[in-house]
Amino acid sequence: MFARLPDTTGARIAISIDGETVDARAGDTVAAALFAAGRGACRSTPVTGAPRGPFCMMGVCFDCMVEIDGRPNQQGCATRVAAGMRIVTQRGARAIATPDAESP
Amino acid sequence: MSAARVDVAVVGGGLVGAAIAFGMRALGVRLALLDEGDVAHRAARGNFGLIWVQGKGFGMAAYGGWTQASAREWPRLAALLHEETGIDVALRQAGGLHACLTARELDVRAERMARLLAQPGFEPYPIEVLDRAAVARRLPGVGPDVVGGTWSALDGDCNPLRLLHALHAGVARTGGQVLAGHRVTRIEPAAGRFVLHTSRGIVECARVVLAAGLANATLAPMVGLNAPVTPNKGQVIVLERVRPFLPYPLETLRQTDEGTVLIGDAQQERGFDETLDTAVLAAMAARAIRVFPLLRDVRVTRAWAALRVMSPDGFPVYAQSPACPGAFVVTCHSGVTLAAVHALALGAALADGELPAAARAFPADRFDVRAAA
Repeated sequence: MFARLPDTTGARIAISIDGETVDARAGDTVAAALFAAGRGACRSTPVTGAPRGPFCMMGVCFDCMVEIDGRPNQQGCATRVAAGMRIVTQRGARAIATPDAESP
Repeated sequence: MSAARVDVAVVGGGLVGAAIAFGMRALGVRLALLDEGDVAHRAARGNFGLIWVQGKGFGMAAYGGWTQASAREWPRLAALLHEETGIDVALRQAGGLHACLTARELDVRAERMARLLAQPGFEPYPIEVLDRAAVARRLPGVGPDVVGGTWSALDGDCNPLRLLHALHAGVARTGGQVLAGHRVTRIEPAAGRFVLHTSRGIVECARVVLAAGLANATLAPMVGLNAPVTPNKGQVIVLERVRPFLPYPLETLRQTDEGTVLIGDAQQERGFDETLDTAVLAAMAARAIRVFPLLRDVRVTRAWAALRVMSPDGFPVYAQSPACPGAFVVTCHSGVTLAAVHALALGAALADGELPAAARAFPADRFDVRAAA
């Protein structure tokens, strides 16, 4: 759906999305790189599991949250790509350690 | 605007007023629930959402009985709301913990709970003192600084915004008028009725129930009652949604059914100031991390302050005016916990023009200044 304009000048940068190596351009935000790689949805919501993707591209809607280099819930549109960056799309709420509870 | 005439007007569309109005539904009473509007202080929208029994009733045994009666009725209220409105208020009531971080804190707490239960006329409710191992069995992930705590099986939590929504929906679907933007400025007692002057015209009623939170302090004297309530500021920190890790609420920390983590604490006497106090927020966050170190890297998304409605002795007020029969005042600082007795006991009694027997232990005239002999 999204295609780069022909006059793109940024240098190619290799990042990974869900383990797959993808070319981004210097200056891209993570959200732009997700679009350029054909990823519309980058997370599913914690409450209903509905798919969500970058929407406002300016830091206010929080729909583009992804895990970046091990840190969950990062705003993709407010983060620039860097060489070797590892981006993981999110399913539901982020995890913290979840030990098993016993009934009292 | 022509005057609206109803049998009962409930002034205050928060949790207290809405629960009472919900209790009057389907009784054939023409009912109006008057809500001030978005300028109101709205404890109903800033509260922490606990159904909390342990510790309640210290200094007034009847309050312990009233509180536990409500906690025991809460499952019935939640079921009724779901059945009648389709709204799930996310009741979770399998117990709750008050965590202690030092041996001294635990000793003081345990001693206080023992004295609470030993009060004359106190109807006992379940409360256990847990050591660290017992806490860790129920709440894995609890930090090494937690030495123990107290636990009551009656404690729990719910989604308080859905509770407010469900009560309003329950009133509206049975023909009650929910009147938004109706700030009551004056109440005129007349023969056998009351004339309420509001920002959107006049409402006339045979009986009036004042459940207006902090505004009760100014409204109650208009019908010959005394409800000297004052604001008590609490603060809530909201963290990111995370996968479920907290199966039971703590008194100052809980995880909502949708995964959000809330930290709630603080009591400050600052008048109507609703600004955040960052030093207090920092102390709340630091303590929460000691209780659950897992929260260390979970981020804050927002925070708010809200005002509790506090009477001089901290206990509720339920009273009918001796000077203006048919006028009632109701106030408390636990609108969530007491929602079940307000909806299932108080509402129907008030529709009949009287207070239920259990509510008569909380008169308004206890705050009157008595002349020296």
